[in-house]
Amino acid sequence: MKKSLMLVMTLILSFALAACGQSGASNNKANEGAANSGANGTTNNTANGGDGATSELSGSILAVGSSALQPLVDQVSKEFMDQNPKVSIQVQGGGSGTGLTQVSGGQADIGNSDVFAEEKLEADQAAELKDHQVAVVAMAAVVNPDVAIDNLTKDQLVQIFTGKVTNWKDVGGPNQAIQIVNRPSSSGTRATFEKYALGTKTDDLPGAIQEDSSGTVKKLVGETPGAIGYLALSYLDESVKTVKYEGVDATVDNVANGTYPVWAYEHMYTKGEPNEVAKAFLDYMVSEAVQNDQGDVVELGYIPISKMQVTRDADGNITK
Amino acid sequence: MAQSREKHKIKQHIIEEWTGKIFTSLCIVLLVVTIFSLVYFVATKGISSFFKDGISLGEILGTQWKPDGEPPLYGALPFIVGSFSTSILAALISAPLSICAALFMVEIMPKIGRKYLQPTIELLAGIPSVVYGFVGLSVIVPLYRDIFPGQGLGIAAGASVLSIMILPTMTSIATDALAALPSGLKEGSYALGATRWQTIYRLVIPTTLPALMTGVVLGMARAFGEALAVQMVIGNAPHIPHSLFESASTLTSAITLSMGNTVMGSTQNNVLWTLALILMLMTFVFVFIVRLLERRANR
Repeated sequence: MKKSLMLVMTLILSFALAACGQSGASNNKANEGAANSGANGTTNNTANGGDGATSELSGSILAVGSSALQPLVDQVSKEFMDQNPKVSIQVQGGGSGTGLTQVSGGQADIGNSDVFAEEKLEADQAAELKDHQVAVVAMAAVVNPDVAIDNLTKDQLVQIFTGKVTNWKDVGGPNQAIQIVNRPSSSGTRATFEKYALGTKTDDLPGAIQEDSSGTVKKLVGETPGAIGYLALSYLDESVKTVKYEGVDATVDNVANGTYPVWAYEHMYTKGEPNEVAKAFLDYMVSEAVQNDQGDVVELGYIPISKMQVTRDADGNITK
Repeated sequence: MAQSREKHKIKQHIIEEWTGKIFTSLCIVLLVVTIFSLVYFVATKGISSFFKDGISLGEILGTQWKPDGEPPLYGALPFIVGSFSTSILAALISAPLSICAALFMVEIMPKIGRKYLQPTIELLAGIPSVVYGFVGLSVIVPLYRDIFPGQGLGIAAGASVLSIMILPTMTSIATDALAALPSGLKEGSYALGATRWQTIYRLVIPTTLPALMTGVVLGMARAFGEALAVQMVIGNAPHIPHSLFESASTLTSAITLSMGNTVMGSTQNNVLWTLALILMLMTFVFVFIVRLLERRANR
């Protein structure tokens, strides 16, 4: 009895494992196909770049940091490794602070960050780092779909996030309590939102919800009555309602031409000048193949750095 | 010829003996070194906020957590309160359930209990905590939001999720404790004419109480250290909540939320290590309590 049961279990398990293995293998094949075609496309685009030079590259890079930037670096690094088989690139998350610490301390070759190094590190440490801006992420305030509001001014947002207004009726909405869904005070996303949308730091209010992951924020704003939060543009969909900021829609075009101010660069920092492999990889990150409308940047919901008609420095000064 | 072969034999025997000895002692040395370096690492990091950044113990025990404020405040009392209230509440929910389940499996239906129910409950221990967190966020939080005032997130939701997570720990320890009770005691009780319930609550539970409490304390220790599932459902506001359904924080959720976003060596990062140190010291206290209870059980 016991033996036969064991036998059945073993059989089921081995079948399940075999099935897993097969589907895994076919997935791999599909990925390889996609990667190959991607690689072909890029070699066509960079025909003048000379394959001879890139195929010489060998070495390994460690890129650590921002979880918001991680998917992009991860995907681009795979393509880069397909084109340069002798290069190995490891991409790890851990947060912007971790990325900046590790690149500054020399443990990582590239530190990914949502914020300028000057905002997190001491001035002398930040001065050693070289900034490579690879993409732009814009954020929009979102509310629960049942909140009948489609525009909020800067003042109204400040009053909401500082707790001076606690009911939607005070900003022209229904008579309903406001529930804030915020990020932890150390988060890069919150820093960006506070700096460019509110223009002021805010305290954590009693009763406010704090979540680190964008998926959880979206879920909570979508489900909680009267909730307000903020999300990167790539996360927006019908489950939450996107609110205009000072009458301006949060769209890629408005960000690019500078009318919508709530955005931040995604940085990849190196300590001093990057080495040969890291430089080739960073060049590839901002190359036409990655940044164009069919490239990885747009596919993953970031805004290409080449599209931006305005630039911004660490102090927030904007130049056209 | 024969002599040398004999020598060879003895040698091999000794070699086997020594390889075994060296291998096992290397393993134990590795373990001890790991534990001590871990304690040393967390302790040095944790006390650096007192010595390097000049924060007093009173400040750490304050109620205001404003690491970006002017001046920055690092009061961790809301996290400590949150950690204790969630894990104690979880243990209060879970302890009666698990002890009754163990009684059922050992005293009332030993055959079915041992064969089917215990493996089923132990399955709970293998479920990753992110699954508990997600189920909590998708089921428990909306339920509490509909029934109680508030947003559903809070200590109550955290404790509910944790109470299910620590159920297998408590149940299996309680089951082992009950099964280890000498059958002579129970038979004596039955021989005196006691019913099954009289035997259970007059004899079985009082005799095995220290062992049952060991399970409860170990479960609490697990609840105290759990980070991910709690972080998803507790809301993470760094304030002492006024109700069980208001956003609150625990030590673990505060650490996981901010550790990656802060720079090593900064004051806020050092304070997070201090929180980790508090967490570790609390775990030691739990282990100490368990040892005390075990000593009482053996007496």
